[in-house]
Amino acid sequence: MSPFSALLARDLRLTVREGGGVGLALGFFALVATLVPLGVGPDMVVLAKVGAGILWVGAALAALLSLDRLFQADYEDGSLDLIALSPLSLEGAAAAKMLAHWLATGLPLTLLSPLLSVFFDLPAPATAMLAASLLLGTPAVSAAGAIGASLTLSLRRGGLILPLIVLPLLTPAVIFGTGMVVEVQTGLATGALGFLAAFSLVTVLLSPFVAAMAVRLNLAG
Amino acid sequence: MIASLTAEKLACTRGSRRLFEGLSFRVTAGQALALEGANGAGKTSLLRLVAGFLPQVSGRVFLTENGNEIAEPEGRGRFIGWLGHHDALKASFTVAEQLAFFGKLHGRTGDLPALLEQVGLTRQAALPCRYLSAGQRRRLALARLLLTARPLWLLDEPFAALDITGKALVAHLIALHCGQGGMVIAATHEPLGLNNETLRVGNESLNL
Repeated sequence: MSPFSALLARDLRLTVREGGGVGLALGFFALVATLVPLGVGPDMVVLAKVGAGILWVGAALAALLSLDRLFQADYEDGSLDLIALSPLSLEGAAAAKMLAHWLATGLPLTLLSPLLSVFFDLPAPATAMLAASLLLGTPAVSAAGAIGASLTLSLRRGGLILPLIVLPLLTPAVIFGTGMVVEVQTGLATGALGFLAAFSLVTVLLSPFVAAMAVRLNLAG
Repeated sequence: MIASLTAEKLACTRGSRRLFEGLSFRVTAGQALALEGANGAGKTSLLRLVAGFLPQVSGRVFLTENGNEIAEPEGRGRFIGWLGHHDALKASFTVAEQLAFFGKLHGRTGDLPALLEQVGLTRQAALPCRYLSAGQRRRLALARLLLTARPLWLLDEPFAALDITGKALVAHLIALHCGQGGMVIAATHEPLGLNNETLRVGNESLNL
């Protein structure tokens, strides 16, 4: 087992055992998708129009819930010192943590989305496109989230400031992710797929380096 | 094999306070160095500086391997065995799982049961770390230090929380490590029980 997969496996195991990961994100996502139609009212045309946007924002918020402990727990108990001295680079460690976060939140949220799109009366093609856009866009949520988590790892109430840092970074993902579904609904080509793919790729590739830099700064503090 | 660690004219500032300056020392293979000094004198900061966590504001630190100098902080880190004052244990992991994880992270497949026996934790192997006492947590951290098998040990208060046999174990392990050509730098208020060098950290004249 490589150092990378060792850290990935450990983070996934911690998520399962210490809770607050998968179940919390899925529960939050399901509640948002249930409450919004109750608030908006039973107009199926309106719901189908706002559905993709609501579900995208709900998924992004749900993925942020467990983010504040991504680096903080390891920082507080001294594990991060040992990880920094291990054969795994801090960039590699950040990438492993990002992937673990995505497997525990982004992927389950994507899989749950077809079930929740029923509440918004999304037709099958739009539902499939929503799941595809989440599959493509949620890695960027975890990646941008890792940047926020690494910047706030030494703050006692970092969880409060974290969404203020991460959510603005996610604007393109929400716009183009929703855009992919709107394309199917209206039949107008906007190129949202290309933009979302590019945003996701750049964020996922850059994030480990930015996060590692922030971890180094915090270890020196 | 690492032949020596050299520190030249190190200084450390935390906030607006100068902890020490002009600090120079050298540790060669098989040597132990005890860091002494009052609480807050900068012993932990010196260890973190050597480990490469704290930026060097002046002077330099380097390891020598086969005549080559390794001065880059993350290059140095690959030779360091770290025992900080946090034990880095996860409450929900068992003793055996915790050790196995750090073994995999370091690509080391040591004999884990033998290591646990060496530090006296055989009976606790299947116990989650949340049930360990402070001394037992320290023993597990020692087992991890042995497992990672790094040549330069940086120990922060290695005797803290340990009972008499635990303290004897630490002294024994340090002697063994030095006997095998390793190096040890330990911040401690207790004697290492070795024929070791001692460095006084802290600049009392500056602190007054």
